Amino acid sequence: MITLENVSFAYEPGRPVLDGISFHIAPGEAVGLIGANGAGKSTLMKVLLGLEKAEGRVMVGGEELTKESLPRVRRKLGFVLQNSDNQMFMPTVYEDMVFGPMNYGLSREEADRRVDAVLEKLGLEALKHRHNHRISGGEKRMAAIATVLAMEPEAVLMDEPTSALDPFNRRLVINTIRELGQTRVITSHDLDMILDTCSRVILLSGGRIAADGPTEEILRDKALLEAHRMELPLRWQG
Amino acid sequence: MDKMDRALRELGQMDELAAGDSPVHRLSPWVKLLVTLGYIIAVVSFDKYALSGLLPLILYPLLVSQLSGVSLILGLRKLRLVLPLVLAVGIFNPFLDRAPLLYLGSLPVSGGVVSMLTLLLKGLLSLLASFLLVATTPIDSLCAGLRKLRVPQTMVTLLLLTYRYVGVMMEELAVMSRAYHLRAPGQKGIHYKAWGSFLGQLLLRSMDRAGELYASMRLRGFHGEFYYAPSRPCGGRDLAWLLLWLGAFALLRLVDLGALLGGLLRL
Repeated sequence: MITLENVSFAYEPGRPVLDGISFHIAPGEAVGLIGANGAGKSTLMKVLLGLEKAEGRVMVGGEELTKESLPRVRRKLGFVLQNSDNQMFMPTVYEDMVFGPMNYGLSREEADRRVDAVLEKLGLEALKHRHNHRISGGEKRMAAIATVLAMEPEAVLMDEPTSALDPFNRRLVINTIRELGQTRVITSHDLDMILDTCSRVILLSGGRIAADGPTEEILRDKALLEAHRMELPLRWQG
Repeated sequence: MDKMDRALRELGQMDELAAGDSPVHRLSPWVKLLVTLGYIIAVVSFDKYALSGLLPLILYPLLVSQLSGVSLILGLRKLRLVLPLVLAVGIFNPFLDRAPLLYLGSLPVSGGVVSMLTLLLKGLLSLLASFLLVATTPIDSLCAGLRKLRVPQTMVTLLLLTYRYVGVMMEELAVMSRAYHLRAPGQKGIHYKAWGSFLGQLLLRSMDRAGELYASMRLRGFHGEFYYAPSRPCGGRDLAWLLLWLGAFALLRLVDLGALLGGLLRL
């Protein structure tokens, strides 16, 4: 579904943020992208989404990411931002949810069908006509996920989906992510959440891949994590 | 709740008002736009001394307010920042134009006072009509109406994004203001020495957030033009509303109803 070949990126010449990144993510796979602050996780997300132009090759759904293919590639990807306030910019949840489908030329009926289906799947029917500035942080995060799912993307990318959520809402988001059928790429410092939602982890450090493998194997490796300014997941800290 | 939080809530309140349901809310956005435009043109076209001719035009905001359930008091409250500017426009007229124009009993009223009151009323009525339009029409429907009236896409998108980004900027301002006052207890306002860095930070933070918002829009297929919800087709009720009001404005513009009624009362 997603392939990166020797991808490098720098905001300033001579100071690479991503340095020769290569990996392949299979369709339906759930991958956690972890790393300390400044490791390059957010930049990597931006490169995947075509928000930053990097050296190397990025393939999404069998198509190389280029200027020409960008609209088609973006249609395959849904991105949930860390700050839901930046994602929900329309007056109501409904209007935010139809924003994407309508921009892609779907009919009002089809957009409405998608909105209703997603809201029902996530159990958010009550939010449909609520005003964005009136809903809680947890509801807003779920609504932000709903806006992305209404576009029926082939892959969902999430940036810190559980940050600033209370335990109940955090669990709600985790369960939602687990039930998604799409390919998932999740960046987070919440390693317990990564453990619950991802089968594979890519550990970034200094813009390079420090480890790539099964979640449990990497997240149990205390020495590896500590060498890259990280800790074991809370549940294994004793 | 501090001032900025209140302002943010007020901004959100406008969206809620616009999402209401009333005979006025249900009218086609472009019909409401045309009527408001016609009203403002009629109001501003009056002569500077035509206070009596202007008075019957108060009926429009009064009736729309009644029909839509949107309070004019609320409108005046929301316009409180702009109203002093309206007042300022004609404030020097009484000093510049002192010749008596009419007498209230034996009390002479100068042309300057009448023209000041006329300007004030013109500004107030135009603002109230605009407020009622925005309070009964969601912003995207309003933009759809503007597009239907062939207003260029760039201008309409600019209007919509400005409306949306004002909220973003105010949110940032609220956060910064709270952080400042928590470390400057008892201080009124922001010290002038901090204005430069405060404004600079506000600009940078707003730009960051605006960048994220824009990225979020682009990632959901935004390509320069907003998709606007299709308004229902313009029906008989919309046309009746349009013709009735435009006719009424034309009539009130041509016939000085205020003076006519005054004359009848004298008889």
